[in-house]
Amino acid sequence: MNKFRKLFAGPYIVWVIGFTVLPILMILYYAFTNADGALTLQNVTAIAEPIHFKALLLSLRLALECTVICLLLSYPLAMILNGLKIKKQSFVVFIFVLPMWMNFMLRILAWQMLLSNNGIINSILQTLGFGGIQILNTPTAVVFGMVYDFLPFMILPIYNSMVKIRKDVIEAARDLGANNGIVFFRIIVPLTMPGVISGIIMVFVPALTSFVISDLLGGGKVLLIGNVIEQSFIKGMNWNLGSGLSIVLMIFVIASMAFMNSHSKETEGAAVW
Amino acid sequence: MKNKLLLALAALTLAAVFNGCGSASSDNSLVVLNYGKYVDPDVLDAFEEETGITVQYEEYESPEEMYTKYKAGSIDYDLICTSDYMIQKLIEEDEVIPMNFDNIPGVENLDKSYFEFSRAFDPENKYSMPYFFGTVGILYNTTMVDASEVDTWDVLWDEKYSGQIIMENSVRDSFMVPLKRLGYSLNATDENQLNEALDMLIEQKPMVYAYFVDESEDEMVAGNAAMALVYSGEAAAAQTFNDDLDYAVPKEGSNMWIDSWFMPKTCKNQENAEKFLDFLCREDMAMKNFEYVYYATPNTAVFNALDEETQQDTTIFPPKEVLDNCEVLDCLDSDAITLYNDLWKKLKSD
Amino acid sequence: MVKKSIERIYLILIFLFLYLPIAVLIVLSFNNSKSRVSWGGFTFDWYMKLFQSDRIMNAFYTTIFITLVSAVISTIIGTLAAIGISAMKKKGKAIMLGATNIPLLNADIVTGISLMLLFVKFTKLGMSTVLLAHITFNIPYVILNVLPKLNGLSPNTYEAALDLGATPLYAFYKIVWPDIRPGVFSGFLMAVTMSLDDFSITYFTKGAGINTLSTMIYTELRKGIKPEMYALSTILFLIALILLLLMNYRSRENKQTVHIERK
Repeated sequence: MNKFRKLFAGPYIVWVIGFTVLPILMILYYAFTNADGALTLQNVTAIAEPIHFKALLLSLRLALECTVICLLLSYPLAMILNGLKIKKQSFVVFIFVLPMWMNFMLRILAWQMLLSNNGIINSILQTLGFGGIQILNTPTAVVFGMVYDFLPFMILPIYNSMVKIRKDVIEAARDLGANNGIVFFRIIVPLTMPGVISGIIMVFVPALTSFVISDLLGGGKVLLIGNVIEQSFIKGMNWNLGSGLSIVLMIFVIASMAFMNSHSKETEGAAVW
Repeated sequence: MKNKLLLALAALTLAAVFNGCGSASSDNSLVVLNYGKYVDPDVLDAFEEETGITVQYEEYESPEEMYTKYKAGSIDYDLICTSDYMIQKLIEEDEVIPMNFDNIPGVENLDKSYFEFSRAFDPENKYSMPYFFGTVGILYNTTMVDASEVDTWDVLWDEKYSGQIIMENSVRDSFMVPLKRLGYSLNATDENQLNEALDMLIEQKPMVYAYFVDESEDEMVAGNAAMALVYSGEAAAAQTFNDDLDYAVPKEGSNMWIDSWFMPKTCKNQENAEKFLDFLCREDMAMKNFEYVYYATPNTAVFNALDEETQQDTTIFPPKEVLDNCEVLDCLDSDAITLYNDLWKKLKSD
Repeated sequence: MVKKSIERIYLILIFLFLYLPIAVLIVLSFNNSKSRVSWGGFTFDWYMKLFQSDRIMNAFYTTIFITLVSAVISTIIGTLAAIGISAMKKKGKAIMLGATNIPLLNADIVTGISLMLLFVKFTKLGMSTVLLAHITFNIPYVILNVLPKLNGLSPNTYEAALDLGATPLYAFYKIVWPDIRPGVFSGFLMAVTMSLDDFSITYFTKGAGINTLSTMIYTELRKGIKPEMYALSTILFLIALILLLLMNYRSRENKQTVHIERK
């Protein structure tokens, strides 16, 4: 019987080979050959060139900043939400998922309008007597946009893992004489770790690889590794270089995932929450 | 309840499949690749309505992007509009097929003198049909910048305007400015000259508000910056929205460009392409396009129909002494292109 | 008390952060001025013009078409695959799950580019390439939603039904289907959400003249968004609001949690 049931996976196996494995082989092929089709390591080692390396470092820095800010904003928020004792968890999820149904580029565009030199926020600040802020077209603006776009992916897994903590565990700890600090560090933090880890992965990976947000909020002044790759395909006509750098990026993503997963024993499918 | 929902979705999907097939399978089509914001959408609609030809319209931002899109070979384009030096490059690479102007009677409307200009990149006037032309210069906000200051490129390096300057997000246009400021040709390929230009751009970068292409117009209209390096037509269009804006071409000289149509080798619907070009030359359509993009049109029928004020608008129609001071971009060999690209990335990642 | 009000203020700030741009876009959809910087009075014009704009409506239909077709196909392939995978031995399962995770973990840009390289080699870019790409990144979401439901299912019941003379199809429909149905349904919804929201992968795999709402917005962003676009997204947002409210209501009935995952 099982033999027969296995056949159900047939179409998918064909699909995986055709559209997952084969495309990756294509990227590998382009990455390790030059324009004439000869074998070379040049495209991958190109990451060491100052221009590309700087872009990679900047991407890592901004992705890290974005992840840390998201974490700092989300953890207290999850605790507050948990404290509100909302009966329907799904309602909380709903509130954070809803914005995602409006195209994210339009939402980023709205921020662009809000933050521009003569924008709404500056007008308000000026009427209140504060000086205006000029963050548009800087790396700060890009981090801002990333935090905005990816925040729900940090909040939800943390909130989900926090809701799962059973009240009697905490009560038991208190009965045994634990104070607030101990309850927080010895019970709440360890038990929400899986949520934190999957949150970090789901924010860090897209932040590291994004190119649209830096395009929209960076004013052409912020060059991330995603932009370099996109440009070598779209503008530079250098597919080999683009593929080589994509491979490097892929390695960074896999490495950071492996790193995070090794620090948690019980993440159940990191991409799922 | 659930089943009904699924059923409804399935029905919707099926309907969508049939719809999709219907529209995808018409072969009386024309695949056009053009700069962003460079044809009035109404003109495209009118063309589709009159001829029954479906236009598959694609846009790009910079000539380099166009080149990649075309060379990728993933889409068979019938008709492409791009700038002088890129056409020269494609002609040299034998990627362009000759035009048969006998099938485009409307070409009579175009001023012959612009075909003379075109000889710079298309010596026999065999491959291209001029569409619009103009200059590159500074669009500035008169409430922030004095007209006397913008007669030189130096103003783009003035500390006073730090954070108020918008540059062009395109390699050749950006390098044109420091090259001209230094008194070199904008077609310089000498590494030392280019490095000098790069240093100048790097020095300027902290003062730059942003590197934009099509966004500059909106930003200037909104008053978010004092000055922007733009194409003349953008300047003219911006002026209609905001009276404080004015346009100047600095005395060191600048770039004069002609954008033209050509048929690439991948052209499968030559007849439709000719019909489209003829349609663009027609006075009413050319007028619509002119009013949409605001660049100088080589179409004499349109020019004669304009009111005197517009005819004499130096932003739209550059005066002769400005043009005399301008250079046309040449196509560069592949080494020089690589050099430009590397320097450009250096500037961006700095 | 002080703690309570600090918590309140914090919540309000986060909600402002999330919903302020949406409010701006909704306001702009009623703004009687083409400029996005000045308010020109209230109007419904953009909603009227929206339905007359062939280009926007075309992009809208393309989006719906690609979303629904890719979601339906990937739900079918994905559900079958999940059934097949659950029957596999440990090693086979691990390999299949590994392959399933690749599109989920890879950067969108890398997935998009790798598919583009493949398509360009063998065919021309068009509507079908976008569809293939969407199915590819949708299937994993379906599998990951269906698989947990199958794991909880005892194979004995199904075989007992066969022993008692049920045809395989009948046994499947009566025994397996009721248990995996919620998983299939939420997998389908996930696929729809992901397709609707995708930009990068569509951007790299689309052919000439084909635009989904995302790619259209991306090209328009540079030139200035048409106000009709704000109107359309306001409508879509309201539809999403209603749909999610309904789903929320349903999920209370069924005690079924909808899994939401990340591209």
